[in-house]
Amino acid sequence: MTLVLATIVGLPFAAAMLAVIFGRYGGPLAAAAVAGVAVATAALIVIVAEGQPVTIDVAGWPAPLGITLEADGLACGFLAMATLVMSGVVAQGRAYFYNTGPERRATWAFWPLALLLWAAINAIFLSRDLFNLYVGLELMTLCAVALVAIEGKAETLAAALRYMLVALIGSLLYLLGVVLLYSAHGVLDIGLIAARVTAPTDILAAALMTAGLAAKMALFPFHAWLPPAHSGAPAPASAMLSALVPKAAFVILMRLWLEAVPDLSAASLLALFGTLGTAAILHGGVMALRQNRLKLVIAYSTVSQIGYLLLVFPLAGGASAAQPGAADAWKGVVFHALSHGLAKAAMFLCAGLWMASVGHDRLEGLRGQARATPITAFAFGLAAIALIGLPPSGGFTAKYLMLTSALASGQLIWAVVLLLGGLLTAAYLYRPLAMIFAKADAAPVAVSRSQQAVPLLLAGTAILLGIASSGPFELFQIGSPWADIEGLE
Amino acid sequence: MMALAETGFDLVLCAMIATTALLAIGVRDQFGAVVLFVVYSVFLGLGWLRLGALDIALAEVALGAGLTGLLLFGAHARLPASVPVPSGRAVWPAACAAGGSGLALGWAFLTLPEPVGLQEAVAANLGTSGVENPVTAVLLNFRSWDTLIESIVLLAALIGVWSVARDDAWGGQPGLRQHARHGGVLANFGRLLPPIGFMIGVYLFWAGSSKPGGAFQAGTVLAAVALVVFMGGAMRPPLVTARWLRLVCVAGPAVFLAVGLTGAASGVFLGLRPDLAKPLILAIEAVLTFSIAASLALSVIGPPEDPEDHV
Repeated sequence: MTLVLATIVGLPFAAAMLAVIFGRYGGPLAAAAVAGVAVATAALIVIVAEGQPVTIDVAGWPAPLGITLEADGLACGFLAMATLVMSGVVAQGRAYFYNTGPERRATWAFWPLALLLWAAINAIFLSRDLFNLYVGLELMTLCAVALVAIEGKAETLAAALRYMLVALIGSLLYLLGVVLLYSAHGVLDIGLIAARVTAPTDILAAALMTAGLAAKMALFPFHAWLPPAHSGAPAPASAMLSALVPKAAFVILMRLWLEAVPDLSAASLLALFGTLGTAAILHGGVMALRQNRLKLVIAYSTVSQIGYLLLVFPLAGGASAAQPGAADAWKGVVFHALSHGLAKAAMFLCAGLWMASVGHDRLEGLRGQARATPITAFAFGLAAIALIGLPPSGGFTAKYLMLTSALASGQLIWAVVLLLGGLLTAAYLYRPLAMIFAKADAAPVAVSRSQQAVPLLLAGTAILLGIASSGPFELFQIGSPWADIEGLE
Repeated sequence: MMALAETGFDLVLCAMIATTALLAIGVRDQFGAVVLFVVYSVFLGLGWLRLGALDIALAEVALGAGLTGLLLFGAHARLPASVPVPSGRAVWPAACAAGGSGLALGWAFLTLPEPVGLQEAVAANLGTSGVENPVTAVLLNFRSWDTLIESIVLLAALIGVWSVARDDAWGGQPGLRQHARHGGVLANFGRLLPPIGFMIGVYLFWAGSSKPGGAFQAGTVLAAVALVVFMGGAMRPPLVTARWLRLVCVAGPAVFLAVGLTGAASGVFLGLRPDLAKPLILAIEAVLTFSIAASLALSVIGPPEDPEDHV
């Protein structure tokens, strides 16, 4: 079991180090790492699905002295999603960052950065130690910033610099919170923090950590850095940045409030989370409606979709504020995060293919792409279904579970927000879809069929998550704070 | 009498830290601000020394005053002489945020009980950790997973720095060409300091197993040595595409990871058998020292910039 977890974090690290030295083999090394981690993740899911989370003490030292890694159902889901997204990123990246001649800057740097980003994210999904999570966040942020800048243009450098300043302030705030928790309780393990006696400074610590994580996940109103950063990066990098990076920060936020310090969640705080989420959904959606470039539509859509994640806090509550639909809210939000990750990565990869064949990503340039690139257009359509939350997608399962939870706890306001958000998503995705499926003669395509099929794998899985939802549904329950409660079927 | 002198020294030190910090922010002259920042870092290092945190003091002086100062001087040299002073509007929110968080932290400091920490647990397990210095035991054994990722963070930073190179300069030597006046201070120090610095670096690495020191401190000192050598013109940095250079940067984290995965194969990820812990920790630290030194020095020098610099 140790070996399985060590492979999931260690293999991408090893591949990244080899890719630094052997600059021309970054693509094959990344493909090998994806294959290895896919096998390990599948094995892990089979074991965890038997009913118990898998836990290891790194270096053999149990908490509080050492660091514990734990693969619960939630971690398994996110690990699987990250592996799938990375397989798409590697498949498309090999067309983007490939060279036969002497080594070039971007084709060398992309692969180690992508692999290190992935390793950091896997480490975050598994870690139970608040300081270890900070170290993971640092590595993830550095790689993400460099990936934003990798095109080397003046505007992407500016976007990367702005991202770095926001993200570093976020890191410091998070670290400050961890320091306060450690000095009050002398432990860093999430489970041991949960068992502590509440200290007066805990709320300040949690607030600082939340502000830091909010900056990193581009939660409204800390979102301004995201659209230029995510739309300026090359498509395979954008796919990672949008699908994985905010999710890693969110997983920490969720573990903080629902597992480590549930006792701190007062009704007013939960309502504040919900309000911020709602503001993100509405603002991101309206801004997405107003964009004329596909990558900006998709990037603002990320701002909006991140808002849904925040609804888990008022819907689940915590400790004394726990809501009757809590278990469903938890699973619903995991479904949402995974479905969004897959669909959003698929969309960015589609945008990358169209940019390669059209030369730009202005919406009017997409006219007639359904005829020129039918497989890609189909993938984009499927991803849109998952994002809007139409049946039978994973997005639908997510919305259904969150709606059930909102109704079970009588919080109609969040149900209304969920439905409004779905309508808004449909509205801002209508324009690119209408252009893509418009009857028009598009220029011949310079992209191979196998490349066109890459986003279909991701979008298809986002749909499959809804069709075969019972397996994941059971899985996400394992090791959750509501592990022993049966959810509403 | 002794206690009084110590309190007096501490009060003066606190005043100096606060004053240099305020001056570094307040002064209008760019160059002056950088100098004040370096002075501030040195005082801060003294502060850590007074708190008995020798390891942090070493890191603060080497990284804060040394390398960060160097980066800031480099940035100053590139900026136009007259950079517009930030307007008052931008300053006030920043001042309020800083003041607010300062007050909140002050409150937390006064509210918090005497820190409990893990010193007892560390002391109780020091015997089987392989080293006598508790800080090294935490870094290389108890929480080695953090340290492994941190060492990879340095590597990622170097890749990030190199990734913003100009496309046409790729394959060249990192950084701008240095112009040290022949026989000048820099050129002379560039030949005088490196042997001394090298000895200090090696000593810090060796001392790390029983006293304050270790791979990170030693690596920082060695990085400074490399920087003095390059800036004094005694040697030019190697090409970014040199495979041996990349091997040096990767070797530390790679050996660390290999030890970790070997442990995983025998049941404990990053596990060090008590009887092998000391040699393994020394081996990891030895390789890590050079990787840290190389990555830090190259990160400070910057990406290749001169398209004509291919050799």
